[in-house]
Amino acid sequence: MTRKIYGPFNRVEGDLELEVEITDGVVSKAWVNSPLYRGFEQIMQDKPPMDALIYTPRICGICSVSQSIACANALADAQGIKAESNGQLASNIILACENMADHLTHFYLFFMPDFARDEYQQRSWYADIEPRFRAQIGTATNTMLKARAEFIHITGILAGKWPHTLSIQPGGTTTTASASDKVKLLAILMSFRQFLETQLFADTLENVIQLASENELKLWADSHAQADFSRFLHLADDLELNNSGKIDAHFMSYGAYGFEDQFLFPQGIWTGDSGSITSLNTQLIREDLSHSWMLSQQKPAHPYKGKTLPDPEQLEGYSWCKAPRYDERVIEVGALARQTMSQHPLILDLVKSNQSNVVNRIVARMLELARVIPEMENWCKQIKPNEPFCIQADMPDEAEGQGLVEAARGSLGHWIRIEQGKINNYQIVAPTTWNFSPRDKDNVAGALEQALLGTPVEEHGNKAVLIQHIVRSFDPCMVCTVH
Amino acid sequence: MFNVLWLQSGGCGGCSISLLNAESPDVLTRFKSADINVLWHPSLSEASVDEFLQLLDDIITDKIHLDALCLEGSVMKGPNGTGRFHMLAGTGKSMMSWLNELSEKADYTLAMGSCAAFGGVTAAGNNPGEACGLQYDGQISGGLLGEQWQSSKGFPVINVAGCPTHPDWVTDVLMQLALGDLQYADLDELNRPRAYTDHLVHHGCARNEYYEYKASAETLGDIGCMMEHKGCLGTQARADCNIRPWNGGGSCLKGGYPCINCTAPEFEKPRLSFTETPKIAGIPVGLPTDMPKAWFVALASLSKAATPKRLKDNATASQIITPPGKRKERP
Repeated sequence: MTRKIYGPFNRVEGDLELEVEITDGVVSKAWVNSPLYRGFEQIMQDKPPMDALIYTPRICGICSVSQSIACANALADAQGIKAESNGQLASNIILACENMADHLTHFYLFFMPDFARDEYQQRSWYADIEPRFRAQIGTATNTMLKARAEFIHITGILAGKWPHTLSIQPGGTTTTASASDKVKLLAILMSFRQFLETQLFADTLENVIQLASENELKLWADSHAQADFSRFLHLADDLELNNSGKIDAHFMSYGAYGFEDQFLFPQGIWTGDSGSITSLNTQLIREDLSHSWMLSQQKPAHPYKGKTLPDPEQLEGYSWCKAPRYDERVIEVGALARQTMSQHPLILDLVKSNQSNVVNRIVARMLELARVIPEMENWCKQIKPNEPFCIQADMPDEAEGQGLVEAARGSLGHWIRIEQGKINNYQIVAPTTWNFSPRDKDNVAGALEQALLGTPVEEHGNKAVLIQHIVRSFDPCMVCTVH
Repeated sequence: MFNVLWLQSGGCGGCSISLLNAESPDVLTRFKSADINVLWHPSLSEASVDEFLQLLDDIITDKIHLDALCLEGSVMKGPNGTGRFHMLAGTGKSMMSWLNELSEKADYTLAMGSCAAFGGVTAAGNNPGEACGLQYDGQISGGLLGEQWQSSKGFPVINVAGCPTHPDWVTDVLMQLALGDLQYADLDELNRPRAYTDHLVHHGCARNEYYEYKASAETLGDIGCMMEHKGCLGTQARADCNIRPWNGGGSCLKGGYPCINCTAPEFEKPRLSFTETPKIAGIPVGLPTDMPKAWFVALASLSKAATPKRLKDNATASQIITPPGKRKERP
């Protein structure tokens, strides 16, 4: 039995350290440490509530809009208002732009370059993969960066800039889209669609959305071998990555892209063992501090009552991350959870046969790219340029508000309590807080800690490449995790 | 070859993400054109874990020459000066200590973004992380490295401030350093590149006509000037955001919200709120930096009296309701 420490990781957002115990050549225990603490919840104490709209996006540079929307939703809840329809459409488009750009960045810059490493030289697919995906010099990199930057022009129009906009407000957006903006947005979306349909899928988005089973996906990958997505599916098949990073956790989604009281992807809780979906009740969320470097509370608390007070002397602590639990259960969040909740037949089939694993997490992200771009086109068309985008309302001196959103990486929640016109308590539970949570009071390990169990480790350090595939398959955002 | 090492500490990673937004051409092509070699960048590099730590070791033992050390995010000194709020993963050592060592090896040290430069948003409120910049703690020079510190090439820390930084600001300064073009005189009084801080955010603002006539926005989303009521600091803020646009054509002002002066130290601590102009006797405090106050007040009252109806109407609307011309009625 040996113990190894892995870190720093790159191509994850922020800093990450992993400790694993290896018994008989496989991981027998894992501990995930989020090594950076900044203290946003303390920073926002006593601030004017609306100023949270400036602080919270700066929690994270890659999920900045998600943070803005969670914050705006929490403030809207406190005010008891609902955003204008145009504002909802614009917010959805801005959020989808961030989320889809993140999915793309994850695939091309963070995840795929690991397969272009020397460790895989002997594999039959290496000669194809290496020149395309090698970090910094792969031919896909420049093409992808160009497509990504042009796609993000959407935020230049609707959000002023990205990251860190203030255009997203509780009542809608400060930006309006003129008739000329509207056609420009549609043209940008078409250009991005063309990139996806030539490079990533080598097929129409509509055909990708139609894939309904693992078998259909396999046949599709064989007949679209030049697609970057197929390249991944083929090498994943060869490396049997669908047996890596497996867990049987529950999935959660807060519901994604709401418009007129309907979500595009529904909210809910998916129970792994029974495969059933139950409705979401955020009252059942608790944050457990038993293994965090946090001043301990009596028992795990709901975020409305939670506190974030760092204490590096906690003896059981091994991370600045808290351990969120839903009804005392470990939860995995992200695209795979969302697409399971939306009962997409391909994802249901994949999860049914092999739970949550490295491949399924990637497939769900790619499927979201195919599903969301056409919706963005629809939202654009529904914008009515001459109608208002934002309503104004006063902020009560005493109020509570909950703001939920689905970021690229999964469920993000903000909880605010306002007293005497100021922020009395602000608590944030981010997607990777769920996925990379430490152990709880019952010593139950978090999602990644479970996903690593049983992983064979033949080489150490950077050469332990399988561990890195598993870690990166979650698309972790460490700066959100601990904020 | 100009070797660049990019590290992240107490920040959000947004300056890196913004850097990836560089276009026409992309960031890697820009670097290539100036023979910049990225030794390591958290979003771009292959090396992880031991290979990365080996690189740090090679720099410290002079096996690899480091031309530019870039830090993104604040230096985390807390708790109680220990630096434990950010221990570099896999090393058991605080990032603060790593930065002390690595900055001695680099020809130039650069703070990428306002957090690394001055402390930034991470140092807001009661600054629970004891966050500071590399050579500034808010407006006070010093920071981690101290006021007198100079890099081996005789430069202070170059503060590429902004929240986030514009991708062009970053690639401009790195490429100029690589070409040997950047001189000390090219930095301003806070050691920011004058290439963008010789401008004010006000320059090129699409709302300039509203400013001229003091036709003011009353709520966020109104298209009038946001200086009088909505906290806009564009007339004082040092950056070229409205000349060199963001994400293809945007800026904060174009996005319908005020400039919060994010290239300045302590922007994270507004007097009232970010979106409310502090006033004394109805007159905004913090007028344009170099304009005599009496003149400003006199001109403002004069121009306010002369405001065309068109601007008055449009200033408090979210879209233009009174256009400049009038169309003839159709017969």
